[in-house]
Amino acid sequence: MDCMFELFEHQADVGVRGIGRSWEEAFQETAKALFSIMVRIERVKHVHPVRVQVRAPDLGALLVKFLNALLVARDKKGMVFSAFDVVLTQGKEDWALTCTARGEKLNVVRHEPGTEVKAASYSELVLKKTGAKEFLAQCIVDV
Amino acid sequence: MQKSFWPSALWTFKAYRDEKMVKTESVDQDVWEIPRSGKMNVPGRVWANKALMDALQEEAGEKPEWNALNQIQNVAMLPGIQKYSLALPDVHCGYGAAVGSVGAFGWEEGVIAFGLIGFDINCGLQTLATPFTEAEVLPKKKELADALYKTIPAGLGSSGKIKLSLDQVDEVLEKGARFALENGYGLKEDLHFLEESGRMQNADASLVSVDAKERLKSQLGTLGSGNHYLEVQVVERVFDEKSARALGLFEGQILVSIHCGSRGLGHQVGADSLEALDKATKKYNLFVPDRELVCAPIQSEEGQNYLKAVNAATNCAFANREVLAHLTRGAFERVMGIKEKEVCTLYGVGHNTAKVEKHKVDSKTRKLLVQRKGSTRGFGPGSRDVPEKYARVGQPVIVGGTMGTHSYVLTGTEKAMKETFGSALHGAGRTLSRVKALRTWNGESVVQDLARKGILVRGHGLKGIAEEAPGAYKDIDEVVDVVARAGLCKKVVRVKPWIVVKG
Repeated sequence: MDCMFELFEHQADVGVRGIGRSWEEAFQETAKALFSIMVRIERVKHVHPVRVQVRAPDLGALLVKFLNALLVARDKKGMVFSAFDVVLTQGKEDWALTCTARGEKLNVVRHEPGTEVKAASYSELVLKKTGAKEFLAQCIVDV
Repeated sequence: MQKSFWPSALWTFKAYRDEKMVKTESVDQDVWEIPRSGKMNVPGRVWANKALMDALQEEAGEKPEWNALNQIQNVAMLPGIQKYSLALPDVHCGYGAAVGSVGAFGWEEGVIAFGLIGFDINCGLQTLATPFTEAEVLPKKKELADALYKTIPAGLGSSGKIKLSLDQVDEVLEKGARFALENGYGLKEDLHFLEESGRMQNADASLVSVDAKERLKSQLGTLGSGNHYLEVQVVERVFDEKSARALGLFEGQILVSIHCGSRGLGHQVGADSLEALDKATKKYNLFVPDRELVCAPIQSEEGQNYLKAVNAATNCAFANREVLAHLTRGAFERVMGIKEKEVCTLYGVGHNTAKVEKHKVDSKTRKLLVQRKGSTRGFGPGSRDVPEKYARVGQPVIVGGTMGTHSYVLTGTEKAMKETFGSALHGAGRTLSRVKALRTWNGESVVQDLARKGILVRGHGLKGIAEEAPGAYKDIDEVVDVVARAGLCKKVVRVKPWIVVKG
């Protein structure tokens, strides 16, 4: 099973889904799905690294917090991202995520901007092991 | 004999769907009730005609766990909700709470719920009335469209000309539209015609994170994207001459509607609060049927902190729309050669808000926290919070249509004060997902189709235009007819789109 990301339907907003061989990969793919709403992600050069760190009591909250942290980085740095290296660590009481997101400054001509994502929500939040080596992460994002 | 897989799977899905399906009963023309059952504290009440209700039920059948009816039922389960979990005819599936819903909670015993306010805090409409007729602006229509497109920062990554320090962001959060005025953007008279005079009192900037404030530093006076827009409109039909005169509206008149909210700051207040309310839900052992409805008792520290942060973000949206109104006036000044003050604010009102209001519950006047998600305040004549100039006709209710269909100016009514906590619909309401819209239309052909109808679209991205194609929304005329027939609003004028600026 290869890693993949996709968008799924929601009446007002958009669903982002990532599938991978580990939770890390599923998170990375979900992040790609998030940025694919906003730009032509294949045109975003992954040159400048930005580090994102979040903690949350469960994997679901961690995914939502991670996606929201990427949106903060987008606005504060004026960047969009296309590659993500995620490391997850389970502590006694919570989960920790460290991600190096790589991207570049938004280029309105080359990246063909789409709709700005406002935030990731708990709605339709699913984290599921769908096979021996298949992990799925998804949620609805507000656009 | 073993049954084949598919009929059995189909039977299982049907049984599952029937079990999950929300029951609705017709109680009056255009009024439906979701009877109280299970953990519901109050019944649900939906204002819709039969066709709109059929569409809601069809959607519920397709997606049994995530649909508008289910979300209306879920809100009815929250502690301290009064009378009904309400939905207006533009209702559609949201996150946590349906878009187009209202929940009023007892000030003492109720909760403040995340899903009933959402991320785009105080996203709303400010409509400006110009002295011009369509015929007067027609020779300069293209010039005006281009000027507005250049003047109004919109789309992903757009930043405004105003650069704020963190201290100035705090001022925006405390002062709302007044911040814009004090810094030379907007008109003093506008304040009379903004909900809450453009400033929520109980706002606390210290409860807003630095991340949220950083996001606003270059976003004040920007439109955003998605369903946000600036639209130049023409009053096409006057339904009520007397009310139209009171609101300063006349047939053929050019109006401008600005639809946007609190930008990244509001979104971040939402994201930060989601986590805090998640904890509060556990701490106070509150039952929430959907995690997006995480909440806190209004009287708890967490509830008060959230309310004050929401109020701060609400002020940010008031300031943002006031700056955009100023930029719009500038474009009219340059193209049409008029003075700024000749373009007046008709009214400005929010959609995703939490407001302390007094309403009658079981014949007693009670202090409530009315949370409106994708719905708007629509107070009737004589209400204290309606601008003096409009006291006899009621608060203007601005209903935003799509870029290819009508919008409306209605007024609130006495009946709405009794039936919907003085709430009204906010728009047409989506019927088709963005993913499906992208599969159905392409931005270029949408722009061309609209141009053939005389509507000039200036967009920052064709993808966003396809997502917002008029066909992705309910029929606004039908939706407005429901509230007018039900007596929740009175029709004053209908407008047609003329120039649209999209993010």
